Amino acid sequence: MENAILRTQDLSAYYGDNQVVKNVTVSIPEKTITAIMGPSGCGKSTLVRCFNRMHEMVPGARIRGKVFLEEADVYEMDPITVRTRVGMVFQRPNPFPMMNIRDNVLAGYKLNGVRLSRSQRDEITEHSLKEAALWDEVKDHLNRRGAFLSGGQQQRLCIARALAVEPAILLFDEPTSALDPKSTAHIEELMTELKKTVTLTLVTHNIAQAGRVSDFIAFLYLGELIEFGPTDRVLTTPKDKKTEEFLTGKFG
Amino acid sequence: MHQKKLRWRIIKDRAFRGIVVLLAFLSMLPLFLILFYILKNGLLALSWELFTEIPKPVGEKGGGISNALIGTFMLVCTAGVPAIFLGIAAGTYLSEHKARKLAYWSRLGVDVLQGTPSIVIGILAYLWVVVPMGGFSALSGSIALGVMMLPMIIKSTEETLNLIPYSLKEASLALGVPYYRTILRVILPAGLSGIMTGILISVARIAGETAPLLFTAFGNAFMNWELSKPVNALPLLIYNYATSPYAEWHRVAWGASCVLVGFVLMMNLFARVVTRKWKMQF
Repeated sequence: MENAILRTQDLSAYYGDNQVVKNVTVSIPEKTITAIMGPSGCGKSTLVRCFNRMHEMVPGARIRGKVFLEEADVYEMDPITVRTRVGMVFQRPNPFPMMNIRDNVLAGYKLNGVRLSRSQRDEITEHSLKEAALWDEVKDHLNRRGAFLSGGQQQRLCIARALAVEPAILLFDEPTSALDPKSTAHIEELMTELKKTVTLTLVTHNIAQAGRVSDFIAFLYLGELIEFGPTDRVLTTPKDKKTEEFLTGKFG
Repeated sequence: MHQKKLRWRIIKDRAFRGIVVLLAFLSMLPLFLILFYILKNGLLALSWELFTEIPKPVGEKGGGISNALIGTFMLVCTAGVPAIFLGIAAGTYLSEHKARKLAYWSRLGVDVLQGTPSIVIGILAYLWVVVPMGGFSALSGSIALGVMMLPMIIKSTEETLNLIPYSLKEASLALGVPYYRTILRVILPAGLSGIMTGILISVARIAGETAPLLFTAFGNAFMNWELSKPVNALPLLIYNYATSPYAEWHRVAWGASCVLVGFVLMMNLFARVVTRKWKMQF
């Protein structure tokens, strides 16, 4: 891949003795959406959690192999630096309940003790919320807590929060699995818009979703990378039999 | 036949409901009786003097409980500040490292400490503080009360933090926020209402404790502002005055009881308000 922003090399991940990701070597091309697809429990989430070193937060978890972010070894860097460069959006919207909408967007700065001027704060809030397509809905309620927002709005607030610290790459870990179809469509539309400025990785077990939004698909099965390629090609003419079986609904 | 059976069932249903309501009412009865007696006898004793004067010698009319009020305030504050810090820290540890050996043993220790009779804690404070220091003191009383507060605060902190979803911690860590900041600025604030409730309830509890103060703070007929000297406290004053043979002292004891119960009640109500108003939705 010519413009890989993030790549792994023989990456394996373990929970205790249980190996969940097996020797995965993959490159995520810049300013695209790469879908990581596969049946439940195939190690999709664990794989992306190795990208921002969230995997190691679980007791007993460890990895082998390497992850490079813009050719710098992620596991040689400070995890805190890694996580500001590699943002993450989770399955369930998780805005901070004790903060208002503005502070939620600025949480990456506030919680890290970064001081911003008033104009910087306003600018970052507006810019991030606009990028997350939430500005028009909340611009009059910035000082209210986020509890009154719908699930989809809360998820977009979380996206704005992740975007605010200007990451190089954003990891979406099944971001729509807790949302209704309309909110899902909204988030998918947003993702296609976002890839103009930031690289996206989307974990999903939903083939249709991967087809709608992604440029590349990595198919994972039992922790192994079975197939990687452009979305059109993988979905229409899969090279591997396992991929084909998954796509035709033989398992999943 | 069928109709008859059904009617019998309806009657049983009503009877059961009636019994439940009656029992619920009965469980409230002791509280109302206590409140009634204390208010009946205590309200008459309440006066401006009661709050501003120190006790008078036997035979003289009047006199107040100001030294006991100040004493209780001193004891609760000196006990509370370290107990709150230690308790929140220990509770956070127990919630963060549930499965560790140390957590298991300290949880057991906390349970045993919570069940330890307060008089025993008083004796230990006597042996460890009063004897080496060579005399009764407010400080020794505070230590005894602080030890009593600890398990309550640890438990309420641990239980509150256990209810906070892991996703909240993840959200913070994934933003590159260091672990210690995540705990201090995300997890503890999210559990603020539960932790505050625990603190208020434990303050209410220890403000009324007598046994651990008997041979530590000891009591004092005069005003004392020094931690190294014996100090009076509301429960001690009530204990000493109520067991005395003087009618005038009984009156002061009722007044002090009224003040103490009022304080405990207020703390509990305040705790309810805190729980309701500061509750987080996750």
